[in-house]
Amino acid sequence: MSFRGYEPVIGIEIHVQLDTESKIFCSDSTEFNAGDNENVSPVSAGMPGTLPVVNKKAIEFAIKTGLALGCNIRRKSVFARKNYFYPDLPKGYQISQYDQPICEGGSVTFKVENVDKTVSISRAHLEEDAGKSNHSGECTLINLNRAGIPLLEIVTGPDLRSAVEAAEYGRTIRQIVRYLDVCDGNLEEGSMRCDCNVSVRKIGAEKLGTKVEIKNVNSFRFVEKAIEYEIERQIEVIERGDRIIQETRLWDPDKNKTFSMRTKEDAQEYRYFPDPDLLPLIVSDEMIELYRKQLPELPIARAKRFQAVHNLPESDALVLTSEKSMADYYEETSAISKNYKASSNWVMTELMRELNLEKKLISESPISPKQLGRLILLIDSGSISGKIAKVVFQEMWLTGKDPEFVIKEKGLVQITDHGAIEKIVDEILSANQQNVEDHRSGKKKNLMGFFVGAVLKASKGQANPEIVNKILQEKLR
Amino acid sequence: MELKFASIAEIARAVKDKKISAKEITTYFLNRIESLDSKLNSFTALNQKAIKQAEDLDVRIAHGEAVGVLAGVPFGIKEMLCTKGIQTTAGSKMLSNFVPPYDSTVVSRLKASDSIILGKLNQDEFAMGSSNETSFHGSVKNPWNLDFVPGGSSGGSAAAQAARLVAGSIGTDTGGSIRQPSSFCGIVGVKPTYGRVSRYGVVAFASSLDQAGPMVSSVEDAALTLEVICGHDEMDSTTSQRPVPQWSKNISTNMNGIKVGLIKEYMRGGLDADVQRTFDESIEALKKMGAQIIELSISMTDFSVPVYYLVSGCEASSNLARYDGVRYGYRSDFKNLSSISLDEFYGKTRGEGFGSEVKRRIMLGTYCLSSGYYDAYYLKACQVRRLLTNQYLEGFQKCDVILSPVTTSPAFKIGERINDPLEMYLNDIFTTSTNLAGLPGMSIPFGISKQGLPIGMQITAKHYDEQRMLNVAAALESVSPVKGLKPYVI
Repeated sequence: MSFRGYEPVIGIEIHVQLDTESKIFCSDSTEFNAGDNENVSPVSAGMPGTLPVVNKKAIEFAIKTGLALGCNIRRKSVFARKNYFYPDLPKGYQISQYDQPICEGGSVTFKVENVDKTVSISRAHLEEDAGKSNHSGECTLINLNRAGIPLLEIVTGPDLRSAVEAAEYGRTIRQIVRYLDVCDGNLEEGSMRCDCNVSVRKIGAEKLGTKVEIKNVNSFRFVEKAIEYEIERQIEVIERGDRIIQETRLWDPDKNKTFSMRTKEDAQEYRYFPDPDLLPLIVSDEMIELYRKQLPELPIARAKRFQAVHNLPESDALVLTSEKSMADYYEETSAISKNYKASSNWVMTELMRELNLEKKLISESPISPKQLGRLILLIDSGSISGKIAKVVFQEMWLTGKDPEFVIKEKGLVQITDHGAIEKIVDEILSANQQNVEDHRSGKKKNLMGFFVGAVLKASKGQANPEIVNKILQEKLR
Repeated sequence: MELKFASIAEIARAVKDKKISAKEITTYFLNRIESLDSKLNSFTALNQKAIKQAEDLDVRIAHGEAVGVLAGVPFGIKEMLCTKGIQTTAGSKMLSNFVPPYDSTVVSRLKASDSIILGKLNQDEFAMGSSNETSFHGSVKNPWNLDFVPGGSSGGSAAAQAARLVAGSIGTDTGGSIRQPSSFCGIVGVKPTYGRVSRYGVVAFASSLDQAGPMVSSVEDAALTLEVICGHDEMDSTTSQRPVPQWSKNISTNMNGIKVGLIKEYMRGGLDADVQRTFDESIEALKKMGAQIIELSISMTDFSVPVYYLVSGCEASSNLARYDGVRYGYRSDFKNLSSISLDEFYGKTRGEGFGSEVKRRIMLGTYCLSSGYYDAYYLKACQVRRLLTNQYLEGFQKCDVILSPVTTSPAFKIGERINDPLEMYLNDIFTTSTNLAGLPGMSIPFGISKQGLPIGMQITAKHYDEQRMLNVAAALESVSPVKGLKPYVI
């Protein structure tokens, strides 16, 4: 991509909220919809003498994510205190990991405009979230429900080169953590928050430009827009002959602009040191192997398998694997139907259309994958036509009934009996004598379609079209 | 049984056997506090429900229900330990209005064994001090001579115990805060191995050093109390999983074959004459009982005071950050919150809420953790601490326990050292290395100065070997020349 002779250099930090039931250092609930300060014990409130005790589930989720990102899992990682004052930080420090994070040195590959892009993951570390300050009028109200929610901060190297790449990277991480079932990926509820480090340099330059951090961007669309804006802003500043100030900026989605939050001059001194309340976190080889075995097949590998083994086109494979639940649904369907492409088509078109219309999750589908698989089997065995199948599908969607039951109940079984079809054909032909003559004399061309349609209509679509064709051709010769 | 001097075991047995009711005992000690504590200033708050709790216990005993090992034993608790519904100020204006909605694990274990909490005991502010003069509640007086300090930081616990306003008390020890006041007030004080006692609900001063422990009248009482308060706690990741031995049942005063180590570096002179004499007498006494005396070098102890003040200061600067006036505790009286900046809010609140000694340590710690100084101070201190621990571990391959004085001199006069922080810090010269190495240590009364002030000896053992430490203490106790001596106020 060309930016007037400049090359953007981008690194992303994503805070992934781990979907544990309790907080990272105490047993308070992580329920999002709780009332203000409802999920706040003395530990969450940072009361005197309270101590953190680490949540094993958060460690499991961090290790699984690290493994999925190809990271090395540290056998010994250390929780450190990041000291700073802010009203929504109850202890006056955040427990985080500093020089010994649990995951280090991985990478992730994804497609950007049909080209593979690989980004290095320099580290992923565990930390606790802070509370929330609500500034309203003269006062600031603090809600500590979020204080202590486990976060995994995933940090890339400075490997991204465009806003599109950055946004696509974010979507890939979201897809992976959802596959792993460690984060719901709900950006609106703050389950994932992105900090974007952006700098620009002249193409060919070795030295990195001064970087600016855009903090707390809460959608990948905004990530793209904010970085795009920031790249242009920085180039403009440089072209004007000014220099970039190292600072933290925020994205204003209403004005479509970034604006300065604080400059490096008031950068904080965090005085990190190992938290004496927590022992070093020791992870055994056995534990890592156990979690590795529990990892699901990840989206990229799964898409490749769908292409190679199921012979699906790449576009199908990518759509089906975008969500684990959809890929699972497709695989269950095709395991019954034994018809990969048909299963893919039914999931991607009919099923997705209904789900989207009713804003339902695939897990809420009234039609189970087994039922859909059997519907496809019924088509492939000639019991019903593709057209009838759509009618059956609609009925299944409304009632959740099995396809066999719907077909029987509605009398939709395809008529393959030669004599029965011949009878209908004869009726149609005798009712349309003029057309029969016109056809035979060649006065009118292409009347075949009219006869087929009429017979099918008379059979309520149940007559086997091939047999109808055959009989008509014989009778009209 | 004379209640004033009864042991913990005697009181519990009498209560269980219905020889005396818990209520009578509670009332007796509350009356002592009422009549004597105006002289000492050791209590900062009383448990308003103490009598009611004693009555409830009596009802349970009357019904023949099983009760705990400390049934009816009145305890006083240092202000450092959270007590549900009773003020817990840590001796600071900063927490002057703080009433915790939870008990510290130590207190809940004492309650579970049916002891009666009488109230809270004075201390130096946030346990930073060696004389109990930095307390927001004012200084505590030494029951042996009211012009003298009781030591610190657990000065209230030591004074209340020495004057028998309680049958047992709990203190905390970060650099000597149990052992030094125990020595100054002539009682038995134990700092257990780091990890023995849960720190949950104990106001944090320096997390890697803090341990709570008993401050009582005898070695047996100490062992009994330890059995109740020690043990793994799922609320504190730094507590040990090791089982808690029945120390009190296994106390042996047989010193045959016991190897007692003396640290060469502690014997370069400079001891007060009375302390030196007491130290010599304790060595002689142990020898006479069959112990073998071994001299060893732990050269890193030369650095223990500076290392201690670096480590504890750094941890304290972070631990005390939570006192910001936002959620609880003291907040400066701002007329209009919206017109002040966040920095002003913190600055004024913390400036007014903390005393000067606490501020000094926060500044020291903040400085030493800052980038550019971290390696030279905090990290270096941690490295020396590791070397010190290794030297102790080597030392304990040659001996079973280490004997030393607790301090270089007996109690000093109130006001004598408060304006000279460095002089005050040197009080901790023999005690801080025990905390830095995580070892168990205790003070046992063994002498008295010409001025009539008690002098304790310090016994240190290897990690988790409280038994041998208690045995040697019990042996010294059995032949102590000051046995039966009572402080002035009694």
